[in-house]
Amino acid sequence: MPIVAKFYSFSPLKIFITLSVLFLLFSFSLYLKPHRNKELRNLSTQKQVSAGKEVWQRNNCHTCHQMYGLGGYLGPDLTNIMSKPGRTDAYIKGIITSGVKQMPAFQLSDKELTDLLFFLKAMNETGTANPTDYQININGTYTLKK
Amino acid sequence: MKTSYWLMRFALALLLLGMFFGHLASESYRFTDATQGILPFHVLRPLHVSSAYFGIIIGGLACVSLALFEIFPNLKLSKWLKIHLLLWLISICGIFYSYFTKDFSGREYWEFNPIWALPIFLSFVIFLFFILKNLLTEKKWPSYYWMWFTGIVFFLFVFLENYLWIFPYFKNDLISDLTLQWKVNGSIVGAVNQLLYGFSLYMMTKISGNSEMAHKKIAFALYFLGLFNLMFNWGHHIYLVPTSRFIHHLSYIVSMTEWIIFIKIIIDWKKQLSESKKYYYFFPYRFIMASEYWVAINLFLALLLSIPAVNLFTHGTHITVAHAMGTTIGINMMIILAGAFYYIAPPLLNKLTRITLNTLFWLVQSLLFLFILVLVIMGVKKSIWQFSDSSITFSQHQDSLSFIIVVFIVLGALLFFSLAGILLFLMQQSFIKKSKS
Ligand code: HEC
Repeated sequence: MPIVAKFYSFSPLKIFITLSVLFLLFSFSLYLKPHRNKELRNLSTQKQVSAGKEVWQRNNCHTCHQMYGLGGYLGPDLTNIMSKPGRTDAYIKGIITSGVKQMPAFQLSDKELTDLLFFLKAMNETGTANPTDYQININGTYTLKK
Repeated sequence: MKTSYWLMRFALALLLLGMFFGHLASESYRFTDATQGILPFHVLRPLHVSSAYFGIIIGGLACVSLALFEIFPNLKLSKWLKIHLLLWLISICGIFYSYFTKDFSGREYWEFNPIWALPIFLSFVIFLFFILKNLLTEKKWPSYYWMWFTGIVFFLFVFLENYLWIFPYFKNDLISDLTLQWKVNGSIVGAVNQLLYGFSLYMMTKISGNSEMAHKKIAFALYFLGLFNLMFNWGHHIYLVPTSRFIHHLSYIVSMTEWIIFIKIIIDWKKQLSESKKYYYFFPYRFIMASEYWVAINLFLALLLSIPAVNLFTHGTHITVAHAMGTTIGINMMIILAGAFYYIAPPLLNKLTRITLNTLFWLVQSLLFLFILVLVIMGVKKSIWQFSDSSITFSQHQDSLSFIIVVFIVLGALLFFSLAGILLFLMQQSFIKKSKS
């Protein structure tokens, strides 16, 4: 009995360790996600999407643009730019290489531009970042409109 | 101890630089093309964020190390602090070099070449050894020891996680990677807050002379609640991201436990009011008090934003920025300033200095309040635009904000000048003190 009492007695170390173990389990379950994502591994354009993502990162596009509302605020959210009317490949490439408003002209190679478009298309296919596509539920959460 | 003072000076200088770059970056909102301005926005924003946030991190470490010098007269491993400082110097120089040469191979908030993350990581390993070697000499830890220990350990863990994207396994999965990116950004702030809140609690026990305060069950309960949130509440950044619903729901539920903290603050309010009258002219106390008021305001905002139904309207707007600026300036910077005043400024100031500092103090508080208010207004306007019909383009919407944007730039600049006044005063004092001792 004393052992049980001791275990339940207040010990910051025990609480700390318990919480940390839970945190590690949660973290590792997240690390396994890419492994379980089979669809992704079969994607033939995988290489180009990744290369495009790198172009996006290296040129700091995120300082002005957002993906799913995450990023800077000086430009529009580009999650679904490829499904907007009139945004053809040529138009997007044109904007990037000539700049618009505060956006500087980026000197990107043809390959970089093509990869970037693969990335933007792949991003578009992951879902929608338009808040009007969602409906609010009674418990304070929201879900995609049917 | 000298090293800790240098750490503090370094932090104050970075905070100053951070605000300066922030001001330059804010001007971009008025520009009509990218060639205007001293540096392009996509260079200025990383400069602003990194200077300000590393200023906060280093300021927090400086405060903790100064506290340790005070607690342990025979501080062990204090020489290691020199290496710690050196590693910071190397990484910050590297980071600036990265930015000025446009070598942005990192990602949002950490845009520098990942190589410079290495000295940062090592500096934290050294700091961990340094604090453990000393703290472990005591058996019964007050809650602030726990907070410092937690802050360092979790920073190390999350900082490693921050670079998982280097591996194609993670990088190739767009949504999982985005999820991890925001897991990191959420938790790292939590880790740094543990360092600073721990220091704030330490200061309170010193000022009130009541060391029992940090051993009470309630102090531990609040610490664990904070830790619990650091671990599991970051999902509120990504309610919109199509990751598993479980992450969203867990975060929603965990975030709501913070109402307990909020209610506790409100209940304690009255007691603090009489106390704050007592120590009104003691600047360290005043800044700690200011940070607690900002905790209440920001926590309230954060609690609202953590409800997905509200978040849907505020996400991706300047309301998020309002929250970020409110916490970094209102809470983190106020605690660092409290520490800097406590360890640097003489307790008795002459009348003119006192009046000047008093004015600057109130200027900062009111300008920060207005600044946050303007950001919220900008956010509300953007939200209305997002939910209105799509015929108005992004630029047309931006143009319609032109008046508010001018107010935002002017308020930001005034806030910069008043905070700069306080920072420069502390910087100057830190050198006077040194030549005397
Ligand atoms: C300095 C800020 C800034 C940076 C950096 C920036 N942009 Fe832009 N971008 C803008 C602004 C402002 C617009 C104009 C929006 C409008 O006119 O409605 C824009 C427009 C665009 C558009 C057209 C959007 C539309 O609705 O037609 C695309 C595509 C785009 N940017 C891609 C990029 C890419 C790719 C990068 C990185 C290589 C990048 N941007 C970097 C500010 C920026």
